[in-house]
Amino acid sequence: MKKIVKYVITDILRNKIVLVYTLFLLVSSFSVFSLEDNSSKGLLSLLNIILIVVPLVSIIFSSIYVYNSAEFIELLVSQPLKRKTIWLSLFTGLSTSLSIAFFIGAGIPVLIYQANMIGFTMILIGLLLSIIFVAIAMLATVKTRDKAKGIGAAIMLWLYFSLLFDGLVLFLLFQFADYPMEKPMIAISAFNPIDLSRILILLQLDVSAMMGYTGAVFKDFFGTYAGIIFSFAILVLWIVLPVWYAARKFNTKDL
Amino acid sequence: MRSLLFIMSVFLYVGATAKTIHVGANRTYKNIRAAVDAALAGDTVLVDAGMYKEKNLVIKKSIVLKGINQPVLDGEKKYEIISIMADGTVVEGFRIIHSGISSMEDLSGIKVYDSKNVLIKNNVLEDTFFGIYIQNGLSCTIENNQLTANGKEEQQSGNGIHCWKCDSMRIIANKVTGHRDGIYFEFVKNSIIWRNTSTKNIRYGLHFMFSNDDMYVSNIFSNNGSGVSVMFSNRIKMFSNYFEENWGDASHGILLKEISDGYMQGNHFNKNTSAIFMEGGNRIYMTYNTFENNGWALKIQASCLDVVLEHNNFSGNTFDVGTNGSLVQNTFNNNYWDKYEGYDLNKDKIGDVPYRPVSMYSMIVEKYPPAMILFRSFITSLLDKTEKILPSLTPENLKDNAPLMKKAF
Repeated sequence: MKKIVKYVITDILRNKIVLVYTLFLLVSSFSVFSLEDNSSKGLLSLLNIILIVVPLVSIIFSSIYVYNSAEFIELLVSQPLKRKTIWLSLFTGLSTSLSIAFFIGAGIPVLIYQANMIGFTMILIGLLLSIIFVAIAMLATVKTRDKAKGIGAAIMLWLYFSLLFDGLVLFLLFQFADYPMEKPMIAISAFNPIDLSRILILLQLDVSAMMGYTGAVFKDFFGTYAGIIFSFAILVLWIVLPVWYAARKFNTKDL
Repeated sequence: MRSLLFIMSVFLYVGATAKTIHVGANRTYKNIRAAVDAALAGDTVLVDAGMYKEKNLVIKKSIVLKGINQPVLDGEKKYEIISIMADGTVVEGFRIIHSGISSMEDLSGIKVYDSKNVLIKNNVLEDTFFGIYIQNGLSCTIENNQLTANGKEEQQSGNGIHCWKCDSMRIIANKVTGHRDGIYFEFVKNSIIWRNTSTKNIRYGLHFMFSNDDMYVSNIFSNNGSGVSVMFSNRIKMFSNYFEENWGDASHGILLKEISDGYMQGNHFNKNTSAIFMEGGNRIYMTYNTFENNGWALKIQASCLDVVLEHNNFSGNTFDVGTNGSLVQNTFNNNYWDKYEGYDLNKDKIGDVPYRPVSMYSMIVEKYPPAMILFRSFITSLLDKTEKILPSLTPENLKDNAPLMKKAF
């Protein structure tokens, strides 16, 4: 397994795209921090990058990578190796290299300008989001054989998580305007890792005070240790469930 | 010549009769009560440094009560410490601590009853229920006092400087913290509040009710439970005040409710949840104010009429203006908005397209507060952008027709 992971990582790191991604993150985070006069404002702008760009790059890059290494996977399958090992090492390699890219690109500037609780949460959430979207991409690729269809599905999934889901939430809010929706919203936010991450970070910043009653309800939940542990557990679940399901599918897949 | 002699002799006569009585451990009078009893109107009672437990000290003659090196007056958590019932009384230089607590009698550090020309100056008040309480006063001055309480709940604490049914008051350069309301005015006319600092009070930094023709200038109100509240008053003038860091669920920089003919100039609003919340305001003119880094710079309800905003700076606010209806009878003109994306072809420093300060998302949040869950999400910025191009939900008339390209001042 170690050998495959090593091979995948070196293969990806040699790929120029990840390098460009790292540089892009690095340049945008440094410019965001130096443009804004106070660094907590910079964090807010960086939040938008993390919530939109990181999932997009993770999901599309990983699905293309998995499709492109179809022949390599076939070769590995013909060797005396367990299919589960192959799949998991592919996942580990992809998520490690994208996490490294994120850490160098966004983590280091955050550590330089905002080495506090909020900064650490932000880095942790960025790393988790990278891994989550690798997992989702691998699920999408294992479900569809056709390359174009699979990449299309990956893009649709990204669109769903970053835009359509929120549209649905808005629609729900309008429909149930007469009911107290604050608490159900907490449950609903668990169904979207991007929303969950956004709320977690916003509550750490002092902008939570302007979120009014909604903010207060959220703070009561996400502000406590139990709430933080719960939401990180949900985020980890967002990694474990797709990976586990995809590995099972891959086990019986006709290559 | 003769009249001059007469005037001089009058002065001499007064000078000769007004005597000075000393109080202290080594003096004839050991306690203040005895000295006050012995004094006649116009006398001065000088109190040496030390600890005095006078229970309730009542002053019924017009005297000057002055502390040297801040003698301490202790109310033992039972009594109202000084009660003033005479015109022209002066209380200066004391350290007044531990008044009793009673909501029935509003026990205070210093309370003035039905008097005029009273001067309360350079005192330090600590752990008092109400700090300085003026009831039916005329032309009194409260200057340079420092009031500190450590109230935890609204019901368990009183106001710092409390004026009820007064006229022509001067509240100057006091520092108030930890009370329920820092400065409280009810039925107070023609008064000025100048250079005070009111911070970390449980409810409001400044609370105005039914008080007309007042002015407040160069005060600092920061970190109060819910900022400053001005209600049911006419002809209020506010100049150069600072409203800062009033963060919280129901916090405002300033709450204006049922205010008519107000004038606000040169005020600074920084880091408030909503800098100004206005409800039922009529004919209010705001100019040269600065709104920076607030959640909402201005929440103006549809019940406001003829509010005019000109030459104000709005920068770094999450939402510039929030409102709850489509009816707008207020005027925005020549303000600077940092979110303005228009252009200026003829270089007259005025933008050529109107600016609409109400964003779609702020309308949605006003109607459906739980929508705040989508704060800073991709979809809300997308909605705002679409709305900017084709306004449909946001009020048609709420716009600045001549926004400035550069800061107004």
